[in-house]
Amino acid sequence: MTDLSAVPGTAGGAKKSSILEADARTRRRNAAEARFKVYGMLAVATGVLALILLLISILSNGLSSFRQTFVTFDVPLSAETLDPNGNRNPDEMSKVSTFGYSPLILNGLKEALSARGISVDEVPDADLANIISRAAAADLRDFVLANPQVVGETLSFEFLANGRIDGFFKGRVTYESAERDSNVTPDQLRVAEAMVAADLMETRFNWGFITGPDASGQRPESAGLGVAILGSFYMMLVVLVLTLPIGVAASIYLEEFAPKNRFTDLIEVNISNLAAVPSIVFGILGLAVFINFAGLPQSAPIVGGLVLTLMTLPTIIIATRASLKSVPPSIRQAALGVGASKMQSVFHHVLPLAAPGILTGTIIGLAQALGETAPLLLIGMVAFVREYPEGLPQGLFDPASALPVQVYQWTQRSDPAFVERASGAIIVLLVFLVLMNAVAVLLRRRFERRW
Amino acid sequence: MNDMRLTERNVTSSEIKISARQVDVFYGDTHAIKKVDVAIPDKTVTAFIGPSGCGKSTFLRCLNRMNDTIDGCRVTGDILLDGEDIYDKRVDPVQLRAKVGMVFQKPNPFPKSIYDNVAYGPRIHGLARGKQELDEIVEKSLRRAAIWDEVKDRLQAPGTGLSGGQQQRLCIARAVATSPEVLLMDEPCSALDPIATAQVEELIDELRERFSVVIVTHSMQQAARVSQKTAFFHLGELVEFGDTGQIFTTPKDPRTESYITGRIG
Amino acid sequence: MPVLWIVLVVLAIGLAGYVLGRQRALAGVGGNASQLHSLPAYYGYNSLMFAVVPAFLVMLIWLLVQPIYVESRISTLIPDSAISESSTRSLVMSDVRRVAEGLDAAVASGAMSGDFARDLRTDLTDVRARLGEIGIALGSDVSPAVLLAAQSYRATSGTLSMAMTLVVIGLALAGLATAYVRTTPEYRARNTVEAMLLALLMLASTIAILTTVGIVFSLIFETIHFFEKYPWQSFFFSLTWRPSFEGGSDLGLLPLLWGTLYISVIALLVSVPIGLFAAIYLSEYAGPKVRAAAKPMIEILAGIPTIVYGLFALITVGPLLRDYFAEPLGLGTSSSSVMTAGIVMGIMLIPFVSSLSDDIINAVPQAMRDGSLGLGATQSETIRQVIIPAALPGIVGAILLAASRAIGETMIVVLGAGAAAKIDLNPFEAMTTVTVKIVGQLTGDTDFSSPESLVAFALGMTLFVITLGLNVFALYIVRKYREQYE
Repeated sequence: MTDLSAVPGTAGGAKKSSILEADARTRRRNAAEARFKVYGMLAVATGVLALILLLISILSNGLSSFRQTFVTFDVPLSAETLDPNGNRNPDEMSKVSTFGYSPLILNGLKEALSARGISVDEVPDADLANIISRAAAADLRDFVLANPQVVGETLSFEFLANGRIDGFFKGRVTYESAERDSNVTPDQLRVAEAMVAADLMETRFNWGFITGPDASGQRPESAGLGVAILGSFYMMLVVLVLTLPIGVAASIYLEEFAPKNRFTDLIEVNISNLAAVPSIVFGILGLAVFINFAGLPQSAPIVGGLVLTLMTLPTIIIATRASLKSVPPSIRQAALGVGASKMQSVFHHVLPLAAPGILTGTIIGLAQALGETAPLLLIGMVAFVREYPEGLPQGLFDPASALPVQVYQWTQRSDPAFVERASGAIIVLLVFLVLMNAVAVLLRRRFERRW
Repeated sequence: MNDMRLTERNVTSSEIKISARQVDVFYGDTHAIKKVDVAIPDKTVTAFIGPSGCGKSTFLRCLNRMNDTIDGCRVTGDILLDGEDIYDKRVDPVQLRAKVGMVFQKPNPFPKSIYDNVAYGPRIHGLARGKQELDEIVEKSLRRAAIWDEVKDRLQAPGTGLSGGQQQRLCIARAVATSPEVLLMDEPCSALDPIATAQVEELIDELRERFSVVIVTHSMQQAARVSQKTAFFHLGELVEFGDTGQIFTTPKDPRTESYITGRIG
Repeated sequence: MPVLWIVLVVLAIGLAGYVLGRQRALAGVGGNASQLHSLPAYYGYNSLMFAVVPAFLVMLIWLLVQPIYVESRISTLIPDSAISESSTRSLVMSDVRRVAEGLDAAVASGAMSGDFARDLRTDLTDVRARLGEIGIALGSDVSPAVLLAAQSYRATSGTLSMAMTLVVIGLALAGLATAYVRTTPEYRARNTVEAMLLALLMLASTIAILTTVGIVFSLIFETIHFFEKYPWQSFFFSLTWRPSFEGGSDLGLLPLLWGTLYISVIALLVSVPIGLFAAIYLSEYAGPKVRAAAKPMIEILAGIPTIVYGLFALITVGPLLRDYFAEPLGLGTSSSSVMTAGIVMGIMLIPFVSSLSDDIINAVPQAMRDGSLGLGATQSETIRQVIIPAALPGIVGAILLAASRAIGETMIVVLGAGAAAKIDLNPFEAMTTVTVKIVGQLTGDTDFSSPESLVAFALGMTLFVITLGLNVFALYIVRKYREQYE
């Protein structure tokens, strides 16, 4: 280190260097700068990539759940089996269980197959019947009991295909996997292919997935989201009706009227802490207070709605206060200046100006509540519910499911067809969330005011 | 205007350090600086004066390319430092700023110790080869900024704990520590009280021995007190440039006269 | 009378109050509104609020208190002899409620007359069968004591509900009358209305406190119950978690806490560097176009419900890690693992860390950047040596908030981490967390007197205390930091 001038950039060397050429140190520093910038780009890319991967994973697994394989053929509704007494009285006919209907379906299927020249001699009857969903007999029975006059006729029916057969057409089940699967045989798949060729079977859009109720673990093909969507809707209604007035009232008080004292501080600290309490703790609160203490029914949308209300309130209060704060004080002073009371200035001027912001915040809060799962698990929303809740207001107290909870339930079932349905349910959930956020963005764009 | 002390001063060097030719600056669509020509001599204090919004700070920030950090800012024309175009593609602004240091309007010490504040520049530019050399640079810089005696016992105390005037002198020490050739000062006294202002002005006069100093000021008295050359800017144009004594006593342009007699400002 | 009807009646009275109050005020000045102290509508609102507010408040309190009162009264009616060995008083009480509800439903559907239900006797009628006919299934035959209690329950509830109806409607009418009498042209209606409104606003803002109180009390009570049945030393210091509903469970907190912390640490290792660098890049480097495109994309990650991340962990990340890392490296064969949950949770936290860091970095004054750049520092030197140190307290606060999120997160770990409680270092092993076990112990059929269920409340308490501590500390740091630059 004796040669000073050999070290460019040092006190001696820097003096007369040209700025047109970068010395070694500057090049090194610029390389470090470039590296740092690349790290930043990588971080952003990772975030974006994670989002894309997440969406691809959900879409690729879930989109197929909106399509379902249906089987259509004629079923002879034999009067001897279905109405032994011959008087078409639904009460007496209801004594015939689904076991009475299954053979009819099987016979109808066999006839349809032989009419199309599909040989099924080597396929056992039980396997043949299993090509059709296990829900078919119950569906047929419900139809017949609702329309007793059809007994004795031969009608064309459309049944769901068994989940594994459906999976075959969606690529989830193959001949190789069927060899190892006790629930489906390669023979069944061969018959199914022949049926598609003969126009007995087709895969198309399935409204039942969106509107139908849940089904048991044996019948993934007929499981739907209807009850869950209705339950979620009821809960959102409760949340909206409670959070909006309470949230706005609390925000107005805290932002416009509250004196600066310990009580106000206590409320403020409470709100900011509640916003960060884990959601599952709210579930424990709901279980202890609303169900065990107040005696409200389990699995009911009212309880879910109340829990989600308490969870969403801090979010909405924070958003509302921000939009109240953004209304400039000059507006308040102008109102007070012409002799309005403080209350009038707030309700006549400040609140209407803050309304778009409040609405946006509320919608975003609702979207958050719609996707919340953990607290609902604790208040019994995981129960298996097949019945649609009644209309309002009674329906608030009926057992129901909720969209995100339905997803959780389906992930807990063993049949791989439920993975598809869980992803499909998430797509539905995400569509709702996107819609809500789009409305919020639109509102903000339309009414946003910069002071 | 009666406290204006106009003294004849020698312009110690006539060597041109920075020369600007036909410089235009745009912020988006705003034309902030219009066709400015100026030659700033070495070892001299040059003052930029003018009413607020006249572009004097903008022009100052062009001289070490601080405008690069602002989105949508565009500079055309030539600015030469020792005959080399600082807007040349090959120029690294980082290297340029080591030669053309800057002191800002509000004292902005980093939230670090006094020592680390001054050592920051030498460290990033690799000007010291060891603790001892760094210590020397720090002490030398603090002495040059006339603050050494006030802080020598608390070099590890945070720089933000000093008074406003001390903070600004610390920032000057920080700028001096990288041994720049030019020192740009953007209204360095506007946030200071009169006593601190006097100290900083005294310091500026001393700095002239080693650096070419360019100072933007909104105070004509200050320009008269510290500078040898004065440039008067108005609405983005350089109206008049000349020796300070001449500008304040016999302005050529009527706009300059109006300004220094207080009719525009 | 059903509550809904009472509400409607009270509202109708309030509406009438609005019309009457307004009319009376106007009549007092012969229709010349300018002679009134307040606008005519305020006299209307005054009467409306006098009628509605006290009535609803009383009703609300009544509805809360009545079940508790009835419960405790009926509970004393059940003799100790009616409670069998295997049962408890609370179980018998739930039978009583169920029978009472059944009788109500039977009367409502017309299957029984009111008198019949009141005089029902177990030795004369098979109550269970009768209720079963109309679709109310009872778990066991109804004992005479239970039926008696149920009938008494119905009677007391009925009387009290009747009383409530009368009191509430009476209050509404009385409020209306008071307001009506007080309505004179000089009456300061606006001031009264505003004072009442202010009181209501204040009431709304106390809900936050009530929620906290509710959380704390529900956790504390059941946690105390738990520690009455299970020694606290074992809970806090035992290294095994093995609940068994036949008794003799090991309910040690430590394995759960280990899993929680391990997963949270991995989540932070993923989210903090990525989130921080993303925030730095977007706020210091990216051009307006990149920022406009990338920022919302990253923020979308924050709006995705955790159940979606959970499913992502379960069906994509878990199998991926197992097939390409765990199995080839011989580290395990489970697709749910600490790594799976940690990485997915890390992704979830990226936007959280980045938006908080963004705020904090932007709060560092521009003068700091100028000062550093003016000395010839590069942008990365400025960021690393000036901005980050200046923003450090805020960033630490943000990381603590993210940690508290990670610790309290439920769905990702329920679906991604597994259910095996163990203390292990291998990140590809399935482990479990506090939140997973809260869900596990409280879903399905739970008996709220067994330590196996009650432990969930103690776990919840632990979780609440940890996250609250982290939050309070983090908010304190962040607030301190903000003040520094304001």
